[in-house]
Amino acid sequence: MNSTITNHADAAIQFNLDEPRVDWHDKTLWFIREKRDLASHAIPEWEQLREYASQIKNNVLSNLSQYLQEFEKNAIANGVIVHWAADAAEHNQIVHSILKKHQIDRMVKSKSMLTEECGLNEYLEHNGIEVIDTDLGERIVQLAKEPPSHIVLPCIHWKKEEIGELFHKHLGTDKGASDPKYLTAAAREHLRETFLTRRAALTGVNFAVAETGEFVVSTNEGNADMGAHLADIHIACMGIEKIIPQQQHLGVFLRLLARSATGQPITTYSSHFKKPQPHQEVHIVLVDNGRSVHLGKEDFRNSLKCIRCAACMNTCPVYRRSGGHSYHNAVAGPIGSILTPNFDMRANKDLPFASTLCGSCSNVCPVKIDIHDQLYKWRQVLMKEGLGPTTKNASMKMMGWVLSKPSLYNISGKAARLVLKYSPFVVSNKLNPWYKQREMPAPPKESFKEWYKKNRG
Amino acid sequence: MSREQILREVSKNQPAERALPVIDIPVTTTHAEWVEALKKRLDILHVDVREVTDYSAIKAILQQQAVPQERSVTTIVALGDVSTYIETVKEDAHSLEDVDWAIIPAHFGVAENGAMWVTESLIQYRVLPFITQQLAIVVNRKDIVYNMHQAYERIAETNYDFGVFIAGPSKTADIEQSLVLGAHGPKGMTLFLLG
Repeated sequence: MNSTITNHADAAIQFNLDEPRVDWHDKTLWFIREKRDLASHAIPEWEQLREYASQIKNNVLSNLSQYLQEFEKNAIANGVIVHWAADAAEHNQIVHSILKKHQIDRMVKSKSMLTEECGLNEYLEHNGIEVIDTDLGERIVQLAKEPPSHIVLPCIHWKKEEIGELFHKHLGTDKGASDPKYLTAAAREHLRETFLTRRAALTGVNFAVAETGEFVVSTNEGNADMGAHLADIHIACMGIEKIIPQQQHLGVFLRLLARSATGQPITTYSSHFKKPQPHQEVHIVLVDNGRSVHLGKEDFRNSLKCIRCAACMNTCPVYRRSGGHSYHNAVAGPIGSILTPNFDMRANKDLPFASTLCGSCSNVCPVKIDIHDQLYKWRQVLMKEGLGPTTKNASMKMMGWVLSKPSLYNISGKAARLVLKYSPFVVSNKLNPWYKQREMPAPPKESFKEWYKKNRG
Repeated sequence: MSREQILREVSKNQPAERALPVIDIPVTTTHAEWVEALKKRLDILHVDVREVTDYSAIKAILQQQAVPQERSVTTIVALGDVSTYIETVKEDAHSLEDVDWAIIPAHFGVAENGAMWVTESLIQYRVLPFITQQLAIVVNRKDIVYNMHQAYERIAETNYDFGVFIAGPSKTADIEQSLVLGAHGPKGMTLFLLG
């Protein structure tokens, strides 16, 4: 990731400088959360489906090595070439070597968060290979030389006027034009030419079925299919946790995925790739990149159940008001905050604290990941490791000391109430983090303890 | 080498066996209700639904809509006199880049989400339903199921090299959540509900 600020709180301060824009961002995402509610409430068996999905994914984690081998065997029988990558570097090398072997220096790519995680675009560009992202949102952020800020809606933080300006510069659209229809049509023309002239296409994988060796890719735009079917070489990259046991399980996951993501009952296209076309090579790259170690952590392994719908991001009050880039990782929001510390605890030590622990993420998760519990558990791990925020460390120690001494606690409470009443400027200033974007509460006249003594004592 | 290393680490770290659930979602509604639900859903998906009794009715509609300069292709032999019939793959798929209309059959449709199940044997060229400017799908009224569980029950008995659920024209809402039809694939879709 090329984000310059790598601390969530600092990045959030930057994001919050433009208050009307933060409100707009917040409302846009909440609108999607509301669409998700409408779609899920329309299905009486919604909770049953979540439970099935959770159980299927638990079964996957408990049999992952068997399912991976079963998938490999069936994919090979289907005529697909299977590769295994231990880490991001190996993944990137495998993709590069396939392209090099066929003397290909230009490729189209549909959405794949895994390749974002691995930094594939930068790697290939460094090696003289041009990569064009074909999902409209991804193309927009690619032209702007930015990473996506959301795993489903990559340019959710961009305004149409800004996209108009970007397209004017790169695609020659009319200056000042910002109509989404006009801009989308311009991107369609530009990318159609690209699809027709590229010999290699890379796609992500939503689900890979062990039983049949097929993999499913979901899009609304049709960009994965335009790329894959017109190319001589189709490379599909997936994390090893994307395996599901049987074809019938697609029924459960495809019912949940789009409803959770955007409130659609299904994406426009759910493409099932089983065998290559004649004269076509299909490659699958199975990527570990820390997942096998993550699987061994009892408290944290079930975040590997994630199907990347982003419902937890859309509902999160912190994500909505801090923006995806503040999480400085390919996967942002609550799920990113519990996935990334498994990969690198020090680099992502700020993220488990980027939450109010309200629990809304866990409530909307279609595979029932205990996201807010894991955020809390990560905080405990980080504090133990001495990686907690320094201000929090000092204030927690102070708090512990005060709480252990009843008389001191009584005096402190009284003092705080007096301060809030007579000299609010002591707390209502920039030095107090609780005052940022908030008013301090009016102080109560007495503490609960004092009230209880008077009325019930 | 990485394969063995990954599998070894995964085997070592995977938790104790958790059983797979038995998927049991009973459907209590009738076929007639599914068809109504499908029509409602397709309307939301901006699909033009035409209820027809036979292929001659489809031909009449296609002839009415036809624009002389436009290229129309079909993989349905019965429509061969109003559209160019594609029997097998003969040319490079890139030659389809100027197709304006593609008329293809679907195995069945799903009422809950408006998705039509199409496999390679029905379309010859995998890229056909994506590269065309306008897509028309013909599906038999009797081949409507209610939900995705029923859909995969039907799929389980079949074999295919490539299959796709198609639920309406290609679309995007990446620019400020404004829905735009025709992202990369078809800009519009017609569904002929036959019988």
